[in-house]
Amino acid sequence: MPAPTCASCHTARANLRRPRSGQALCGACFCNAFEAEVLHTVLAGRLLPRGAVVAVGASGGKDSTVLAHVLRALAPQLDISLHLVAVDEGIGGYRDAALAAVRHQAARWELPLTVVAYEDLFGGWTMDAVARSTAGSGRSRSCCTFCGVLRRRALEEGARLVGATHIVTGHNADDMAETVLMNFLRGDAGRLARGGGLGSPGEGGALPRCRPLQLASQKEVVLYAHFRRLHYFSEECVYAPEAFRGHARDLLKRLEAARPSAVLDLVHSAERLALAPTARPPRPGACSRCGALASRALCQACALLDGLNRGLPRLAIGKGRRELELEEAPRRSVPAADALTAF
Amino acid sequence: CRDCFKALYVHKFRAMLGKNRLIFPGEKVLLAWSGGPSSSSMVWQVLEGLSQDSAKRLRFVPGVVYVDEGAACGQSPEDRAKTLAEVKSVLQNIGFPWHTVALEEVFGLPPAVLQGSAQEPVGTEEAYKSAVDSFLQQQHVLGGEQTHQPHTQDSPGPCSLGRSPTATQTAALCRLFDSVRTLTAKEELLQTLRTHLILHVARVHGYSKVMTGDSCTRLAIKLMTNLALGRGAFLAWDTGFSDERHGDVVVVRPMRDHTLKEVAFYNRLFAVPSIFTPAIDTKAPEKASIHRLMEAFILRLQTQFPSTISTVYRTSEKLVKAPREGRAAGPAGPRCLLCLCALDVDTDDSATAFGAQTSRLSQTLLSTPPAEAGTTTGPGCVAGEGQACCRAACNYVHRKGVQAQVMEQLCYGCRVNMKDLPSLDSLPPYILAEAQLRSQRDWVMPEVQEYLIEDSDSEAEDALVQPPGARLTTQEQGGENTGTGL
Repeated sequence: MPAPTCASCHTARANLRRPRSGQALCGACFCNAFEAEVLHTVLAGRLLPRGAVVAVGASGGKDSTVLAHVLRALAPQLDISLHLVAVDEGIGGYRDAALAAVRHQAARWELPLTVVAYEDLFGGWTMDAVARSTAGSGRSRSCCTFCGVLRRRALEEGARLVGATHIVTGHNADDMAETVLMNFLRGDAGRLARGGGLGSPGEGGALPRCRPLQLASQKEVVLYAHFRRLHYFSEECVYAPEAFRGHARDLLKRLEAARPSAVLDLVHSAERLALAPTARPPRPGACSRCGALASRALCQACALLDGLNRGLPRLAIGKGRRELELEEAPRRSVPAADALTAF
Repeated sequence: CRDCFKALYVHKFRAMLGKNRLIFPGEKVLLAWSGGPSSSSMVWQVLEGLSQDSAKRLRFVPGVVYVDEGAACGQSPEDRAKTLAEVKSVLQNIGFPWHTVALEEVFGLPPAVLQGSAQEPVGTEEAYKSAVDSFLQQQHVLGGEQTHQPHTQDSPGPCSLGRSPTATQTAALCRLFDSVRTLTAKEELLQTLRTHLILHVARVHGYSKVMTGDSCTRLAIKLMTNLALGRGAFLAWDTGFSDERHGDVVVVRPMRDHTLKEVAFYNRLFAVPSIFTPAIDTKAPEKASIHRLMEAFILRLQTQFPSTISTVYRTSEKLVKAPREGRAAGPAGPRCLLCLCALDVDTDDSATAFGAQTSRLSQTLLSTPPAEAGTTTGPGCVAGEGQACCRAACNYVHRKGVQAQVMEQLCYGCRVNMKDLPSLDSLPPYILAEAQLRSQRDWVMPEVQEYLIEDSDSEAEDALVQPPGARLTTQEQGGENTGTGL
């Protein structure tokens, strides 16, 4: 059977069926539609004002590659300037290759690139060193907890370094759906109460963050990268397979197979969750050590580093938190965050 | 040990009722019994609670309803008759007034089922106390001549709607369920119709509470399932202890502290009778529906992380029924035609998951017009003919077609489900009639709007719909961090 003609331009042969709508489209029309939808999200959600200097969290993976490419195409319309910020976590054999992909993209698209390294920011700690340090303390699943918290901080530092006014990250709808599933399974009411939006407006001195791809499913992101012939690095982090997120990811894949709209249905649920005011975290203050946004005396990044430096890496995670609370008498206890492999 | 387990089990049940103080003494309560372990255990608890000779005796007046879903689950008439005979013998032994209804009876329901009663359920602490006092007084007066068994007021035995389903109704029900494309949507449709039917039975027989036997395990699974079905806004309604969405009839879930394992142990130790009936998803493979997938996932995770179910359950208790802040929807706002929750749809083209699926961007790319938009198969005009306004309204309604008419009155989750029905024409008449009624009312509203006197309260301001995209700014004012915390 010959491929049908594109439902949009009616001239070219269709190359794909859109996962979202089932429409048969040609590659060019699909990419145009995808870009138009991201533009619409940014405008309707008022995510990036005119004149914004935008730091794109670039990991070299598909999401951030697509995000950078789309925003570069939309930059004249949005009147924004872009700056890639990559984080070197210091994971041997994994990060070097990913960073090479980012350097390649930056050169090809003529975008300025800044790389910030954990090693420089956090007193010599690389992820490999953290992994060695936590390995002896039982479950090593907490690697992603460290990496996620530290990466968030590193990105913030990098964005400030380049004078950015906004940070964008490549989270897509699947990431959001996984997160809401995971937060329920972990009982993290605080995060459920805060989550759901397209970003955070920036408070307590933190830069505003947003996720322009949040309404695009992972499948569409991959298709876009395919038809725009984008080169990206697609290998799982060496520490990732042990993360709890894997369960949620696996479930999401099955749900999507049973009902294609499941990903966006979960995003809709996340947007609409209503939690009791008591479940909301207290108004955040500032970290007593670094001045960053913190819900306790120390921000999570400083607390984790503190634990590492004292040779008690699990001090700020899970049950270890209790000991920390005895020391500092902070306000509440939250399980630490798992992290995404992308920003 | 056996006795301690029993004491704990009974205590949990009574504590759940006692803590919430929702069921008034002397109130008629309908127990929704499916024959399964949890609801059987619930009926048993009520039976034991009523026969107790202490002051702790339960003081409400129970009845049992059983819905025969055989037609939707593909049972043969012979099997259905056999199940029903079993059901009746169990019910006879229990001795409560009972009602057995076939799911087919949804084809005879009046549209009024879907019109939420405006009556607020009385639920204040004072109301509860005064009800207890007046009940005790009444008991005192009657004390001499009557037994202490309140449920003898209603004659125990069948007071069913009675009719066994006609062959045409059974055929119509089978046709409806066969037409649904996915098992996920089938399960949701079955739940919706069952709820409407039980609600109707409760109203006809004057029950003001309905008890369902959802266990803690079941509720955790249901919560995660509904999350994946896009019902995030209604989780507190769907899984909380009490569900007041219907106004005059309140659904309560007294088994929500019991795990499925406890229920199974109890039923076995104390020989609680239950019957097995094939459900709609019996024998279906795991990946056949969202419900099955989520159930399998949660139970599997539970074996790896034994705190999974209790964690999900405890998180669910932090959910509230009021819509998320910044989402205007007063109690008077439009309700979903099927699940009767306040509509949770965003404006088209907004930067939300709903907006992304309805946006004109993707619509304009559609080359083929939606098939249903052209059909004009609306049911006939209900109001008198001849009046210009009415005719215009009917034309309008007809032009839009049943599909569009029903769809726009649904919440997000119900819309997704109804997309799996090729034609909504086979839905029971009460749903279609109510949809048409609402459509006409919506159409007439602008015509009469200027003559209506509005109560200028702050409510009017609350009801203002926020412009799309204003969310970030509102939350900015509130000073909250909206990040997902990654």
